[in-house]
This record gives sequence, structure tokens and C-alpha cells, in this order.
Amino acid sequence: MKPGRYGIYGGRYVPETLMSALIELEETYERVREDPEFSSRLSWYLREYAGRETPLTYCANLSRDLGCRVYLKREDLLHGGAHKLNNTLGQALMAKFMGKRRLIAETGAGQHGVATAIAGAALGLPVEVYMGEVDTRRQALNVFRMELLGARVVPVVSGTRTLKDAINAAMRDWVANLGDTHYLLGSCVGPHPFPRIVRDFQSVIGEETRRQILEREGRLPDTVVACVGGGSNAIGIFYPFVNDDVALVGVEAGGEGLDSGRHGASLSAGSVGVFQGALSYLLQDGDGQALETHSVAAGLDHPSVGPEHAMLKDSGRVRYEAVTDAEALHAFRRLSRTEGIIPALESAHAVAYALRAADDLDKDGILVVNLSGRGDKDVADVANLHGGVA
Amino acid sequence: MSRIDALFARKSPVFIGFTVAGDPGIEASLRVAKAMIDAGADLLEIAVPYADPVADGPVIERAHVRALRAGTTPDDVFALVRRIRGYAPALPLVLFTYHNIIHRRGPDRFFSEAAAAGADGVLIVDLPSEESGEVAPCAARYGIDRIALIAPTTSPERQHAILSGASGFVYLISLEGVTGERDRLPPGIAGLVGAVREKTGLPLAVGFGVSRPEHVRTVVAAGADGVIVGSALVRLIEEHAGDEAAMHAALRAAIAALRRGLVPDPEPDMLRRERVEE
Repeated sequence: MKPGRYGIYGGRYVPETLMSALIELEETYERVREDPEFSSRLSWYLREYAGRETPLTYCANLSRDLGCRVYLKREDLLHGGAHKLNNTLGQALMAKFMGKRRLIAETGAGQHGVATAIAGAALGLPVEVYMGEVDTRRQALNVFRMELLGARVVPVVSGTRTLKDAINAAMRDWVANLGDTHYLLGSCVGPHPFPRIVRDFQSVIGEETRRQILEREGRLPDTVVACVGGGSNAIGIFYPFVNDDVALVGVEAGGEGLDSGRHGASLSAGSVGVFQGALSYLLQDGDGQALETHSVAAGLDHPSVGPEHAMLKDSGRVRYEAVTDAEALHAFRRLSRTEGIIPALESAHAVAYALRAADDLDKDGILVVNLSGRGDKDVADVANLHGGVA
Repeated sequence: MSRIDALFARKSPVFIGFTVAGDPGIEASLRVAKAMIDAGADLLEIAVPYADPVADGPVIERAHVRALRAGTTPDDVFALVRRIRGYAPALPLVLFTYHNIIHRRGPDRFFSEAAAAGADGVLIVDLPSEESGEVAPCAARYGIDRIALIAPTTSPERQHAILSGASGFVYLISLEGVTGERDRLPPGIAGLVGAVREKTGLPLAVGFGVSRPEHVRTVVAAGADGVIVGSALVRLIEEHAGDEAAMHAALRAAIAALRRGLVPDPEPDMLRRERVEE
């Protein structure tokens, strides 16, 4: 397999101006990942600052209800409330090792922007976050969080004024400021080497899970489930299990149903295309224009997916399923009530699939769900959806 | 001899105009192209509208949006090229596109349709040489030049690799950044033109940021064989979207002014600067 390729997927489909930055990033990454000082500083930040390792929580109530043994990998307990910080700390530290003086990022719902702002504050790097103007209004609280953390939020008024346009604006900034700026990409998408860097920084999730389940159960789980938008939390938990006899299931945003056309399920319902720097599965029309997507979970509302997931789908090693908005909302409430844990709406998609998958497991079967983030950010939205009735 | 080769064989610097097909509408776009040709564009670069034009600045991005809102598809772009070809049989036409348009259609079909419509070259703005293995044989099969892009950040080794697969002419990107008008061009252009000149016999055209007659003069003085102007023209289309006659007049005036930068200036720099400041 060529470097930067996952089967036929991945690659670097970017303007020539960006190539030197991607080559520099690739070389730096190869160097820092072998550097003991980098590893020890990153470990320190993950352990002492971010709160790793996160627990693998046995859910007694849900296990009793479902008739199998259910564990949650608690990325919701990471500082900032989601897995995003694993990657932003890793990349921010790498930027420092590269001598970059400024971080830029883009964000849709605001979670990656907040995680970048946290990492920038912790490591003393100024942060600018591009955010679609529409999203700045929808996610006003996260805008305030980022500003409180010292980041500058730049509203993007071009195009549809959402995440896609924020990514374009961040790319433009990067192209114009390659010398001193690191573009901190938030998921395992984009041109090589980003998908690999993000996967490696997120793999801590799966490595811990593997060790923790062996300690607790003396064997590997039967099934590991994670939600997939860009796919970073999923690749992070899957990757250390890829060579094991463990069923891996990625759960995409089924929105209002795959037949409705209003969803974000690029692996389940998309086709192969180039988008924002990589060849992967893409929701696109017959002419190759990316389609508008929909999900109740802002973090899953994206037309493409990381290229490694595309390869894992084709090879059959990972199964990708779609869960609708309604199923995710049901799981959001059910986990809150049965376990006292309010999941992010993104993670609720993985929980919803687990509720289905449990039928196939007997009482000794072990199911691990990656709880990628906490649901505090979504509580007001869900309340509004249901007129304030939980 | 191809139309592109014939143009550069004239040995005088050429003016390349850029427009997005379908901006502001499909029929209006044909009239824009004709106005640009009548005003003295030596070669037209015609962009296939794309929803995520990451290499482009805000002015050209808005043109992509206008063209897509007008319903422009790649089929419409090929039809437009065919009509421009009918209007100006000898004028070289280059399609400017993002790679997913080609990938979705299939490279063989895309290049065969481009050739049938009368395009001479294709410039794929987000397809670096490392990824072009699939399209290169298709372009060659249909006699379409693949216009190579070289940026100020491109290393000498990459310049070699890029130039080995190039034909037609080489597009030198003047600056680190996306397309768009600038007050002044960066000082490194002469160095870039000189460095690439040593490595290839292909003509060199400079684009990105070139938007004023004095920029054109700088680029020509740096030794380039041509200039490419996009955003400055696209902005005029946007500003005069409601009045086609005014739009065409503005394009004609702008191209005439920019073209004056192509010929050596008899006035010393000092005098010109004083006149501008008056």
C-alpha cells in the first residue's frame, strides 16, 4: 500500500501550494512519533491534564435489560467532555515541536473548536477557529466557551455559512500562512498525513479499552460499537482491535431515514469521490457536487468520512450501519434514565445500535460502546425538539 | 501544432482571461466569453463550477455559487466550450476544474467530451502530480494538454516531477494563498520564473493576484510568457450582474488596460509613480 493510502482511498488531492506543508507535516510527524521527549510530554498532558485513562464502565442496569454484558468507554469524562482533546493535544504539541506559532481550526457544532482552544491555552499557542456564521448563532454557548479560553472565533459568511465553508476558510488561511501556522484538523479526514495522525492520536481509546476489558473479563469483547461522522472516535477505538476476532460496528447518521435523502450516512449510502483532500465515500450528486446532509447530531452532519473507514468497509472488516434521528433520541433518553449518563447525540447513535445488537448476544456476550462525548451540549436542543418534555 | 503551441509561438506575451462557466447564467456566460475575446483575451480559462472550490478566494467562490445556482452542470460547460469554439476557432481554451468532477464522470469520458467540445487543455487545481496517474493517459489519448501548476512553495525536486508530465504551458502561482486581487505582487516572481525556465522549454504564465496593469508589467518584466487574470474580471461580472451592457463594457475596459501592461513601458518607473500619486 502506498503511503497515505488505505486501499485505494486517501491520498492528497490539494492545491499545489499546500503540498509543501503536507510534506513538512508528514516528515515532522515521522520524527516526533519516534521522539521519547514528545511521547513523554504527550503522555503527561493526557494523564495529568486531560484525565486519562478514562474508565470502562460496566452498565449493570442496561446489561440486565439487554441480556448481555454492556460496557461504556467513557470519553465523555475526558476534560472538555469528548474524545476530541486526544487529538488536539497531540497536534498542538506537534505544532510546538515544529516551531509553529499559531493554531487554526474549523468547527461545526463547536466541540473541536473548544478542544483546540483548550489545547492552545494549555500549550500557550494562540488559536483562531473558523466557524460558519449560521453555526455561531446555533452554538452560541460554544462560541462563548472558545472565547473564554482565549481563542478568536471567525464567523464565515461564504456559501451556506456552515462547517463545509468553515473548512474552506481554514484551508485558505493555512495556504496563506504556512510558515507560522498549523492547521489542526479535527477528524480522520482530509489529505495525508491527517487521517493517520488523527487515528494515531485517537488510538489511545482502543488501546486502553483492550487492556481494561482483558483485566476485567479476561477476554476480548464480542462487539465494539462507535458512531461515525468523520470517524475519529471510531477509528480510535477500532484500530487496536483490527487484527482481533472482535466484531466492529460503525454507526452513521441515518437522519430521517436513508430513503429520505436527509441523512449523513456516506458509507451506507454514498459513492466513491474526492472531497476536501481525500478519496473516500461521499454523498454527492451525479456531477460530483457534495450533497447537503442532515443529522440531529451536528457532529455527524458531514458528507464524507475518513478514508480508512472506506477501506474497512470494502474489506468487510468493519460493518457500517445507520441509525435514525428518532432511534438516537430514544437511546439518548434511555441511557440517561437507566444509567444516569447523558450521552452526546453523536454517541447516542452508537448506543442506539447497541440496543439493537444486544439481541444477537447471549448473557455472557460482551458489548463495548464508545461513549465519545457527553450530552450537556445537546440538552437544550433535545428539550426544544420535544417542547421541554423529557 | 496545437492552438496553445501556436499562441505562444507568436513570441509576444499573452493575456489569459478566467471566467466561471455559467456565471452569471449559462447564456450570459457565452456573451461574457465573447466580450473577453473581443477585448483581447488571447486564451480563455473556463472553470467548471464546483461547490467546494478550496483553491479559490471569495470572489471566485461566489462566481462558482452563482453558476451552480443558475443550474450549470458539466454538460452545460462542454456545450459552452463548443459554442465558444465556434465563435473563435483558433483561440486556445483551457478547462479549469476540481478533480471530483473528473473522477465522478470517469477520466476517459471527461477527456473525450472535453476534446470533442474543442478544449485544448485541462487544469486540475487539486490534483498534484503524485495523484495524476489515472488521468494522464486519458489526457494524452485525446490530445488534451495537462496544464501543470507550480507554487512558490514547490521544492526543486517536485518542480522536476511536475514538469516531466506537463504540456501546453506551465501555470506559475505567484504567491502563497488562494486566488484573489492583491495590492502588490510578492517580490519572488522573477526568481520563480527564472528557476522554472531553467527546467523546461514550456511557456510560463503567472497567475493568482495579478489584477492591475502594473502587476502585468511586473510579470512580463520577470520574463513570463503570459499572465492569467481571474478575480479582477470575475468581480466586474458580479458588480454588473444586473446590466450586461455595462458588464461587457467594464470587461472590455479592464482587459484593454491590463493588456497595456504586456508591452514594455517607455516611461521610467519614477515618472509613472508620480503620475499615479497625482
